[in-house]
Amino acid sequence: MIRLEKINKTYFGAQPLHVLKGIDLHVEEGEMVSIMGASGSGKSTLLNILGILDNYDSGDYYLNGRLVKDLSENQAADMRNRTIGFIFQSFNLIPFKTAMENVALPLYYQNVSRKKRNQLAMEYLERFGLKEWADHYPNELSGGQKQRVSMARALVTQPKVILADEPTGALDSKTSAEVMQILRDVHQTGITMVIVTHERGIAIRTDKIIHLKDGVIEDIEINNPDAIDLNSEIK
Amino acid sequence: MLDFDGIHEIWQTIARNKTRSLLTAFGVFWGIFLLVVLISTGNGFENGLMKQVEGVTPNTGFFFASQTSEPYKGYQKGRSWTMQMADLEAIREAFPCIKAISPEASVWSSEDKNVIYGSRGGSFTVKGVLPEYNEIEKSKIIKGRFINATDIATNRKVCLLGRKVYTTMFEKGENPIGKMVKVNGIYFQVVGVARSYTDNVNINGSIDESVILPFTTMQQVFALGDKIGFFAFVADDDTPISSIGDDMKQLIKQRHDISPTDNEAIQSFDLSEIFKAFKGLFFGIHILIWIVGLGTLMSGIIGVSNIMLVTVKERTREIGVRRAIGAKPKNIISQVLSESLLLTTLAGLVGLCIGVGIMAVVAMVTSNMPSDNMMFQDPNMSFKAAVAATIIVIISGLVAGVLPAWRAIQIKAIDAIREE
Repeated sequence: MIRLEKINKTYFGAQPLHVLKGIDLHVEEGEMVSIMGASGSGKSTLLNILGILDNYDSGDYYLNGRLVKDLSENQAADMRNRTIGFIFQSFNLIPFKTAMENVALPLYYQNVSRKKRNQLAMEYLERFGLKEWADHYPNELSGGQKQRVSMARALVTQPKVILADEPTGALDSKTSAEVMQILRDVHQTGITMVIVTHERGIAIRTDKIIHLKDGVIEDIEINNPDAIDLNSEIK
Repeated sequence: MLDFDGIHEIWQTIARNKTRSLLTAFGVFWGIFLLVVLISTGNGFENGLMKQVEGVTPNTGFFFASQTSEPYKGYQKGRSWTMQMADLEAIREAFPCIKAISPEASVWSSEDKNVIYGSRGGSFTVKGVLPEYNEIEKSKIIKGRFINATDIATNRKVCLLGRKVYTTMFEKGENPIGKMVKVNGIYFQVVGVARSYTDNVNINGSIDESVILPFTTMQQVFALGDKIGFFAFVADDDTPISSIGDDMKQLIKQRHDISPTDNEAIQSFDLSEIFKAFKGLFFGIHILIWIVGLGTLMSGIIGVSNIMLVTVKERTREIGVRRAIGAKPKNIISQVLSESLLLTTLAGLVGLCIGVGIMAVVAMVTSNMPSDNMMFQDPNMSFKAAVAATIIVIISGLVAGVLPAWRAIQIKAIDAIREE
């Protein structure tokens, strides 16, 4: 599903910063992996490249069998819209739209009719137990609810891949556990999932833990999430 | 692009910050409002002035016989001469484009009261004219009729009274038609009463204060002979006086043995030149109005653009998120442009409507103030100007959105969602 070959990325600032130094990575369809690393290890940059939010300097990135290189803004937007679902640490819901409108927004950019997309949005909200909150604005929701709305938004386009950037970073441990459980449930439906985190408690709930250090993959740890007690504290 | 969904999407962002949207829109509203008020006021003054000269045909010329300034065919210079009825006939024949031509002669009396009816009397101008004169200095016949061709042909002793002459000489409501009025010692029968359209433009005194006689009758009874010192004429609208004036003068000069190069012998006056000057003045005023109005509008537009820039800056994260979940650059551009367009168009149309509405009220109030000398009349705006203003608002709405839209697509999703 995701194949990275010798990806290099340098930020050219006052001092050139070689962030990714030849990353080779393979994520199979239906896998759930986590990327761990200290801040500055390049994990956010890697996620940006995976999400087609940023370019890379050299190497090849294949997403769903397609080479992602030198895409136009429109192609990139379309690919993000149809292939990838994003979950952000700070939720990034649009404050003046209701939960339902937020969930329906990606479909708006697919030119899905209003009726159809609201119906789909409602289905996904219902799936995450937010049916009663559909008409509420983000500032009327709790952190866990917000993250569930943003998960619904990520899934509403039925993407191949979910990219989550510190999905529990802004949540308390109990809510974090709930969110992780939902992510695992989603993963059970066959969606490939990449989670960037610096919390071990999150990472051990994924199949593979990719340890990133100073722009190279230090170690890939094969993990069995079913072995751990899912009710255990995360932090 | 602008289906219901699009409008809903745009409206949501505009409505989310009502105060700012209102204040922004106010600039455009004020610009258009002012433009409408200025244009209408300008038109009001123009209409008012045109009302003052109502009844005056712009394409009117006047010729006076004056002393010659060159010796010719044995005559010395400085000769006094006059025109004759035959000259007018010759002009009428040679220039079919002349619609009306009439001499005008006035007599005054040394007596205190030259017009007498019964025990009443007054001092008024006495004018002799041809029937066509009513097409040159137009007057409104209140009672009876104007001088007609039979009056001229048979030298009838009839007269037409000006409105003020009538009110001075007769009781209120008294029918003057057929009554005999003594004018400069001779009795004339009244055939009509006329009022002038305006006090401000007249030839030898207002018709209101004149007694009008048939020209031929006047020549006969006051022993003036076949002498015409002055005549006025109207050409059809397609023939400017300036294009035929010189040829007319040559014809008259030829008939009276005046040197063709003598520029003094016939004095003339072209009313269309005055009208042209007025038109030029109002053209200038209209241009000034558009400059001021558009300037105000432009500052409103710049305000919109400025606020939109701030808005885009504030919405960096939102736009970034939209980009991340699949918005294409054209989606973002159309979003920003549409917001600016909707805001300016709405504000502009409200300004247009309120402006037109207020001027309609002003028009109603001023038209209820009965005054002939009202210099302000029927302030309004032509449909064309309204359409032009609307188009300008729409275009400027788009222009105002260009810079903010360009800024918005510079926002990369990655910049927006990066944690601070």
